[in-house]
Amino acid sequence: MIRMLKGAWEWIEDRTGIAEVVREPMTHPVPRSAKWWYVFGSCTLMFFMIQVVTGICLALVYAPSAATAYDSLLYLNYDVPMGWMLRAIHGWSSNAMVFMMLVHMVQVFLHGAYKYPREMTWIFGVALLLTTLGLAFTGQVMRWDADAYWGVGIGASMMGRFPVIGGWLTHLVLGGPIIGGDTLSRFFTLHVFVLPGIAIALIGGHLMMVLKQGISEDPKPGTPGAFVDKATYKAEYKERIRRKGIPFFPVAAQRDMVFCGVMLITLIIVAAWYGPIGPGPRPDPTLIDVTPRPDFPFLWIFAVLALLTPAVEDYLIITAAPILLLALFMVPFLGGTGARSPSSRPIAVLVVILLISGVGVLSMLGVTSPWSPHMQAWTSDAVPPSFVRSRSPLELQGAIVLQHSQCRNCHALDGIGGARGPDLSDVALRLTPDQLVRQVQQGGGNMPAFGKNLSSSETRAVVAFLDTCHPPGARPANRPGARLEALRELDAKRAGN
Amino acid sequence: MTDVEHDEQQTPLTGDTAPAGDDRRGFMFKFGAALMGLGGLVISAPIVGYILSPAVKDWKKRRSWIDLGGLDQYPIGRTLLATYRNPVHGPTVGIADELPCWVRRIDESTFQVFYINCAHLGCPVHWFEESRLFMCPCHGGVYYENGDRASGPPPRGLFEYDWQVVRGKLYVFAGEMPNLQIPGKLPEDDLTPLTVDGIDYRDGQPVTPDDDTEGARP
Repeated sequence: MIRMLKGAWEWIEDRTGIAEVVREPMTHPVPRSAKWWYVFGSCTLMFFMIQVVTGICLALVYAPSAATAYDSLLYLNYDVPMGWMLRAIHGWSSNAMVFMMLVHMVQVFLHGAYKYPREMTWIFGVALLLTTLGLAFTGQVMRWDADAYWGVGIGASMMGRFPVIGGWLTHLVLGGPIIGGDTLSRFFTLHVFVLPGIAIALIGGHLMMVLKQGISEDPKPGTPGAFVDKATYKAEYKERIRRKGIPFFPVAAQRDMVFCGVMLITLIIVAAWYGPIGPGPRPDPTLIDVTPRPDFPFLWIFAVLALLTPAVEDYLIITAAPILLLALFMVPFLGGTGARSPSSRPIAVLVVILLISGVGVLSMLGVTSPWSPHMQAWTSDAVPPSFVRSRSPLELQGAIVLQHSQCRNCHALDGIGGARGPDLSDVALRLTPDQLVRQVQQGGGNMPAFGKNLSSSETRAVVAFLDTCHPPGARPANRPGARLEALRELDAKRAGN
Repeated sequence: MTDVEHDEQQTPLTGDTAPAGDDRRGFMFKFGAALMGLGGLVISAPIVGYILSPAVKDWKKRRSWIDLGGLDQYPIGRTLLATYRNPVHGPTVGIADELPCWVRRIDESTFQVFYINCAHLGCPVHWFEESRLFMCPCHGGVYYENGDRASGPPPRGLFEYDWQVVRGKLYVFAGEMPNLQIPGKLPEDDLTPLTVDGIDYRDGQPVTPDDDTEGARP
């Protein structure tokens, strides 16, 4: 039996030469110093392969039509055996792939692995990042729930920021005048045909470059290979690899295999524990009680769009992506030679720290979205009891007006409520009653004017209430006569003693 | 026999001894390339047209008048959510076809009908009757009751529909999602008249083809 199989294999190898074709790239020599820092690329590739396999499986059931997509997702989640698990793996593995790719990129950047002669390896990588983000965005649309529907709406509205061609772009993205059946079909085609095809081609290019130019050595200062000199680097690298290189498979790949194995098991545990991602509420545009949020790779962009001043927003929406991309593509040409170790490149380290903390903080802000009104705060978050204890009838009426006029959607009391405007717990320390009247009536500083919507007695009541909003014993905001009042209080106290 | 056939096939391929064949192949190559190029152009025309068709079509011309129901549904001084079926759709749209809009009735015969989409990035705005404000759940855009921008990132007020009241019913001119490059309200000339029972209406008034001649009559 074994001899027969062996014979069959020898026949196949003789006719196809497949083993020879595979052996060459698999066993290509890599530097001995390529250790744990070098596992992230393989891991990203593993997640991509999981995406391909689970994606094909999901496509067996998923019905890519706006009329049926949502129900087919519920069907996958609840009826199809293991459907929920495949959706969970596909969703979490997508997050993991984006994350791992960023880690890989940061490692390559910090180790200066993009430098001469590996510029094209980096460029293929940046193109892969772009493609992967495209897959992540179109994948979010595949979830065809309320988030997907309004997410596409946000994309279409961003197209509207482009002068002249804005309308044209909008309709190209939507596949029509409005978000509809053709929109989902377009995104489906991108997600399962166009972008994966591009990704596979780019991965091919990326790996070809890895084989052609080799993997860079660990850039420990003082070691050969830690400094790139165009005149000598290539020949010296070749010589070092020839003398001291180890085969990628099965020697160097051991670490990749261990890391990928750990990540794979983690992925399965996370997918089984947290389950499939969505779908959220139905994509019914008439159900407007939704708070659309993008998936994690785009939360920071969501935050930027909320925090930008309107004056620069148009310019940034139009130019930010091309500028960022150009900057990424230019990296190997701006610092393509010289020292590779991060300890010799403080600016590179600083750039990474700034980018990670910037994107990290913005993403966290995206989760909490303090700029969004809390739509239900005015009915769900009562005025805390301490704010109404021993208040006059007018002040109590003011608390009702405050609640009823949806002030709490943007303003918190004791930290509860919206965070769009300042917490009102101690507003009396900051504003005098006159200033409060002005602020309520005329708005300003990003607050709407309530002059038309509140009667003068309502305004009087709400200001009377707000004037009591300060920590007990604290002196209210400076106002005419406040000093005199304080002195009188002091006198009274002394007289009492 | 086999050898002869083999030779016949091989000779033209080696080619060195046949300058005439070289010329012919040079011509054939150019001719083939030109033919392929021409074919490529011809075949890409329908493909490119197919992909770009939604972009180049003038969707404004596809908007049409939608019946939002009788006026008694809209009390004076109130702003209410109305829904309608989008007039421009393919066969696969599903529930995404049912669209909401905000109808504000100012007085007996004056309305404002707002698109649901925030002018900032298109999220659905909510109306709050008590504070008479529209608020957006995405980036915190706020609008006054008349649609003017009140605060937040929106660069303008809410988009509005063209509307008219005909025979006790409210109609809006719908069929396109607005953004900063796609207007809500259209210029007067782009509005088609609304036809009810064979009579065309503009601005709630009947228009007939011989309107002008009637007007010219002394």
